[in-house]
Amino acid sequence: MLSRQDVNKVSLLARLQLTEAELDTMTSQLGQIVGYVEQLNELDTKSVEPLSHPVDVKNVFRDDVLQPSLPRETMLANAPHASDEFYLVPAVLGD
Amino acid sequence: MSMIHSTATQLLQELQASRLSSVEITSAYLDQIERHDPRVGAFLRFDRDAALQQARAIDERRAKGQPLGKLAGLPVAVKDLLTSTGELTTCASKILANFRSPYDSTVVAKLKAADAVLIGRTNMDEFAMGGSTENSAFQKTHNPWDLTRTPGGSSGGAAACVAASMTPLSIGTDTGGSIRQPAAMCGVTGLKPTYGRVSRFGLVAFASSLDQAGPLAWTADDAALLLEVIAGHDPRDATSVDAPVPAYSQSVRQPLAGLSLGLVREHFAAGLEPDVEQAVREAVKVYESLGATVKEISLPHSKYGVAVYYLVAPCEASSNLARYDGVHYGHRTDEAAMHAELNAKRKQLVAAGKHAEADKLESPLVELYRRSRAEGFGPEVKRRIMLGTYALSAGYYDAYYLKALKVRRLIRDDFDRAFQEVDFVIGPVSTSPAFKLGDKVDDPLAMYLMDIYTVSANLAGIAGISIPCGFSRGLPIGLQLQAKPFDEERLLRAAAMYQTATDWHTKRPTMGK
Repeated sequence: MLSRQDVNKVSLLARLQLTEAELDTMTSQLGQIVGYVEQLNELDTKSVEPLSHPVDVKNVFRDDVLQPSLPRETMLANAPHASDEFYLVPAVLGD
Repeated sequence: MSMIHSTATQLLQELQASRLSSVEITSAYLDQIERHDPRVGAFLRFDRDAALQQARAIDERRAKGQPLGKLAGLPVAVKDLLTSTGELTTCASKILANFRSPYDSTVVAKLKAADAVLIGRTNMDEFAMGGSTENSAFQKTHNPWDLTRTPGGSSGGAAACVAASMTPLSIGTDTGGSIRQPAAMCGVTGLKPTYGRVSRFGLVAFASSLDQAGPLAWTADDAALLLEVIAGHDPRDATSVDAPVPAYSQSVRQPLAGLSLGLVREHFAAGLEPDVEQAVREAVKVYESLGATVKEISLPHSKYGVAVYYLVAPCEASSNLARYDGVHYGHRTDEAAMHAELNAKRKQLVAAGKHAEADKLESPLVELYRRSRAEGFGPEVKRRIMLGTYALSAGYYDAYYLKALKVRRLIRDDFDRAFQEVDFVIGPVSTSPAFKLGDKVDDPLAMYLMDIYTVSANLAGIAGISIPCGFSRGLPIGLQLQAKPFDEERLLRAAAMYQTATDWHTKRPTMGK
């Protein structure tokens, strides 16, 4: 059974911050959903190949030819915080 | 028949014969949007001037006798999840509220190349997660048949704008039923193509092994016309399949001889509303009267479809939506406020002598991710990210994700076997007609269970279409036909056969003044 601590831990893995109230709701709702999907355990799937993709995905080769790409300023235009060349983030290493 | 109650195919003939101009047609639909959309809420954005400018340019080129694309002059609405250069693509999420795409999705590029008039961007459940369009961060969409009800979802805006005669053609996307279910609830025709038939380039990813864009329209003829334009191989989508695109619109009116249909035993179980069952069984009789043979078949693993889907889709979503980090694009939390809070918290802990706890505080970067995402995503998106992250996390991967992929194979095998016996699988789209706004918002599992008839097609990658087949207390009911991969040509012909024999698809809601 999914505990509140489990959900709290998952919220860190998922890079989401949940309020206390959200943690409560999420614990009960995820518990219900996980309980529902556990019906899959009724099936013996030992010898079944997993199907991750509905079509057979093959490697696609193409010639290694230079092609124009979008200019840097276009790509940075949507960034919430950027310098001329870089995305800016809070300092990662300590001071 | 008034202009806005014509089919796209009819309008195209009028345009080609120069009996109507694109400006006249586009204006008529824009008028309808302005008159009724304040109550329906199908569109997130539309721009009268921009639409008329496109229409005028096409009319001028036609007047000069220049070659024109297959949809020249016809308005098409696009779900706000397919990028269009320089325009907002919000996915109905706060996290992308100000995102302007630097490039065109292939679907939009193909519409532009076909000289369609892009009339507006339609509302949806946030990131296409939902079945009622109530998960949009921006507005509710109301069902044109009954404004107190949802249009279905996630392509609720895409279906409602066709039903309300605000556009003849509309593009939706379908990850677990998101074209077919709203088409059913709004009484229009909606096709989910085979996985790989339409390029996903520029379709903002929800679950990459399930997502497909497809047409919504009044008739199978019109859906054929639109599919013909958007389908095809695209080097920018490695999963798009390099198979020729048939001229769907040319063959759609040719009836199929010796048609065999499979009625799925498991579809007629508890939970299906009697009116819906009745309408589907009547539709089966129509096909029989057209010479089809019908036999009962079994898809023994179909009852596990929802369980498999609500593992596979959230797992893929949790990975796809990791890109919204408050750094590259989209919403970012107020950084100054965040730093102030973090520093205050650290000082407090240090002052209390809790140095170990102070050291354990998340780094400002992780905190920035968590806050930006918490502020930007709505509850359903958070729920699915959490579910997917949990199912993929260490110790659970085999029990949940891998297990789901194995059962996914069994579901696919069921269909493979069925299509050796019959041409199409016939049945309901949804257990009930459109439900009331607010009815299921607090019960996510109940909402998920509504997807029972549609998710399997996505898991198996096959094609499916929803066509109107009756009414229950004034609300439309949809009939679903499912076909083996890349059999859209015959699927559309089968749908057109039914629409030649019935008139459910011609019914329109009374929109008031």
